[in-house]
Order: sequence, then structure tokens, then C-alpha cells
Amino acid sequence: MTEEIIIAGFGGQGVLSLGKILAYSGLMQGQEVSWMPSYGPEMRGGTANVIVILSDERISSPVLSQFDTAIILNQQSLDKFESSVKPGGLLLYDPNGITRPPQRKDIHIYKVEATTEAAKMGATKIFNMIILGAYLKLKPIVKLENIEKGLEKSLPARHHNLIPLNLQAVKKGMEILETVHAL
Amino acid sequence: MKELMLMKGNEAFAEAAIRVGADAYFGYPITPQSEVMEYLMAEKPYERTGMVVLQSESELGAINMVYGAAACGKRALTSSSSPGISLMQEGISYIAGSELPCLILNVVRGGPGLGTIQPSQSDYFQATKGGGHGDYRLIVLAPSSVQEMFDFVSLGFELAFKYRNPVMMLSDGVIGQMMEKVELSEQQPRLTNQQIDELYPWATTGKKPGKDRRIITSLELDPSKQEKHNLKLQEKYRKIEASEVRYETLQCEDAEYLLVAFGSSARICQKAMDLGRAKGIKVGLLRPITLYPFPYAIVEQLSNQVKGILVVELNAGQMIEDVRIGSHDRIKVKHYGRFGGMIPSPVEVLDALEKQIIGD
Repeated sequence: MTEEIIIAGFGGQGVLSLGKILAYSGLMQGQEVSWMPSYGPEMRGGTANVIVILSDERISSPVLSQFDTAIILNQQSLDKFESSVKPGGLLLYDPNGITRPPQRKDIHIYKVEATTEAAKMGATKIFNMIILGAYLKLKPIVKLENIEKGLEKSLPARHHNLIPLNLQAVKKGMEILETVHAL
Repeated sequence: MKELMLMKGNEAFAEAAIRVGADAYFGYPITPQSEVMEYLMAEKPYERTGMVVLQSESELGAINMVYGAAACGKRALTSSSSPGISLMQEGISYIAGSELPCLILNVVRGGPGLGTIQPSQSDYFQATKGGGHGDYRLIVLAPSSVQEMFDFVSLGFELAFKYRNPVMMLSDGVIGQMMEKVELSEQQPRLTNQQIDELYPWATTGKKPGKDRRIITSLELDPSKQEKHNLKLQEKYRKIEASEVRYETLQCEDAEYLLVAFGSSARICQKAMDLGRAKGIKVGLLRPITLYPFPYAIVEQLSNQVKGILVVELNAGQMIEDVRIGSHDRIKVKHYGRFGGMIPSPVEVLDALEKQIIGD
């Protein structure tokens, strides 16, 4: 099993963190993993994307141009990466701020209103965990218990009290996922 | 039980420095390697092993602090990225001229000049051919994984002290920034001052009664003596060239075409090779691990077997010159690269192989 994922949005959305939690979770269940970030010099805004690979075999290139899954969190990223999903692959996006939705007919497309839901939960910072939940509903490649272990590894100890909220967000994402175009 | 962690290349390098018993790290921040010093500061190795971590006033300061520590027989290291490494060149020449051991990490970024913060491999010439002034060479190791960023610290110090020569790890912004699984080795103790005094009779460890003066310098005004010194250095480099070549070959046994790449471009080429093999193309990969001493012999050997070589590097064509020397220009050797921080995809590399080498 090999899953090649790109997560893309703007700086500050938790794109890289989302990738890290996935990578740690993969490590916790004994897989080979790689996490390759790309971002500009700005601390907020700009573009941010990360390529995460989870595999049962040794990973060759951490840098790829075609993906099994694209998780897209803003319009700029959608414009850039929609075409990079392999035919038959998966595109998951948050429609908040999207004015030109994805057009391809040869991939699975799903959406999750994570921004809206995070605001409802009164916790905008766990927006990326809602996205994670939606992704795992579609591709359960990591067990929830390993997500918890991954969170323990990637969050500093002083934030461990937030883990239950993060897991709640993951479960929420699984619930509010919507199909846009299934093959 | 081996310790398994998910770490950035830069962090693995820093952790390795502590674990191999390094005595001192002197550095200065610059993207994309600032995590090295940030990690070292956060780990407080002074409390773990007594290792000193100090931010200098500049890269020039850092390399000279390394020079001073190395003169006392201490395991000293520094890290920087391209423009910072340029600032260190004078110091590196002094260290090499004085025959001192040390480890220098270059996490290469796009240039020239201030350039960009994105990855590149455009410092190959600087690392292997020149850099600083004078007739000296650096032993250059090119890691292509987070594990090698960890493992080469120990190897680097071993070679540095064996030959009394600075060693450079030539990494890049991909390897430095990416996270992968890494197995950590056990903590080695730092050498005591007495051990240093016994092991390294050249090191300045303090004048004691009955002990000769030890002098560390690269200055020799008498030209006949300076020539002798240079001949001695050259003898050393011949020994290094004869004994320390390291490389990896992948699927070369039946290869009709060859990719040659180091560091992160070698990882990309691995995927390109897999894609090529899936299409029925018999392509292999040669990954030099030591860029100096360069693996000319294996290049020569493979050039007698394959129909063409594509050298893939994130620069305008630097290592290709060494590949051409090794293959004696007997077969087609072409270059594929991206610059300024752009990174090619495996598909792009395979495309270049098909168009430039196979298709012709």
C-alpha cells in the first residue's frame, strides 16, 4: 500500500501540521513515511503545501508531481493542484472561499465545510483536524488510536489537554463530509 | 531497542552531533538550516554531555571558533547555507592548511547571491573544487536521506580525524527540511582532555613540563618549506582518493542507460528509475556518496556498459564535468537540471532521459 498525498493552502491554516500528524500516525503504525514541505518566507499568507507519503515499502522520492489524494484549502491551491491528481484519484476541498470549484470528471471529488464547522465549534485552530476526519472517512489508512498517538507526538506536552478537542474535530469531519462527484 | 523517530534532516544532524560526543557547535542562523542550531539550543546538550552550543556574531566568527576548537583536538562543527558557506571559505582554507579536523554542513539553497530559500545543489563546484583559496580539498559527503544526515556525522568526524582534514556534508533544502524515519544510535561519551592529549599529539592541549611545543598554523613564509607542506597535503589527498570513495548503485547490473545523481536529486531519480523500469526501460542509478573523492572508477566501469548517461542535478551542470572525466567522453553524457529552487518531478526526469539519451 502506498498513498501519495498533497495538502495545500495558505500559510497559517495548519497545512504542514496536518501533514505532520498524518506522518506521525503512519509511523506509529509501522509504515514508511515522508513529509516534504514547500512554503514561502512569509509566516502568514502566501502558499503552503506539503507532500506526505505513507507506504509499506521504502519511499524513493519525497518529491512528486502526481498524487493519489489532493487536500485543497484555498482557491490558489485548487487552481494549482487540481490537475495533479492521478485519474481515479481523490480531491477533497473546503468550499469556503472557493469561487471556481473543481471541474474534472475523472476523479472523485468531495467537500467538507471545515471552516464553517470550526467556527461553530468555537475553535478555529482545529479546522485542519476536521479536514483530517473527512479524509480518513474516505481513506481509512490510519486508525483513530494512531491519530491520537500521532497527536501526542506532534503536539508539545503543554497542549496535550487539547487532544480530546482535536479528536472530536476529527470525528466531526467524518460526519459532515459531502460528495460532489463520485466515479 | 533502537530509537526510532520522525525528524527533519536538519534535526537529525543536530541530534547526531550530540550523540557522537561532539564538543562544540558554533553557528549562525540562515534558512533553510536554522533548525540545526534551534534544535541544539533547545536540547541543552551542555547539560546532557557538556557540549557547547554558541551562536557567533557571523558565519565568519563561527568558522574561526571551529578553527580554534579544532586546534585543541576538540570535535567541533558548524552548519550554514550557501551564502553563509561563502563567508566561511577563508576559515575553511585556514583549517585545511593547518591540517585540522572539523565538520561543516552546507544545506544548499538557490543562488547565486542572496538567491532564494528553496533547495538547490548549485554548490557542488564550491565544495569539491575550490571554495577557499589554495591547493586543498574537502572530503565531501552527500546525504540523500534523513538517516544519512544522522549517520554521516559520525562518519564525517571519523574521516576528519583520520586525515586531519575538514569534512563537508553537502546537503540541500529538500533533505534538510523533509521529515523521515530515523534510527538513532547510542550516546557516545565526549573524549576527556587526557584522551585527546594521548590520541592527538598535534593538538594544543597546554604546555606541560617535558612536553614539546605544539604549533598549529597555516603560515610558512619559507617557500621551500611551504612547498614541502603542500606536497604533504597532496600525499594525503592521494591516500583519501585511494581509500575513501563511497557510492551506491541501484539496478545497474543489466542497465542500458544510467542516471547519475546525488542528494535529493538521487531520490527523485530513484522514482524516475522505477517509473522507467515499469515501462521496460533498463535504467540504473549511480549515487555518489563521496563527491570528493569522486567515484571515477565506477563511472568508467559503467560507461563501458551503458549506451548513455543522464546526470541529474539541481544546478546548471556541475557534477557532469566529473562524470565526463570518469567516462572519458566515450559515450553520450547529458545534463538535466532545474535552478533557483525549482525541483523536478520524477516524471520530468524520465521524460528528459527518454528525450536526451534514449531518443537521440
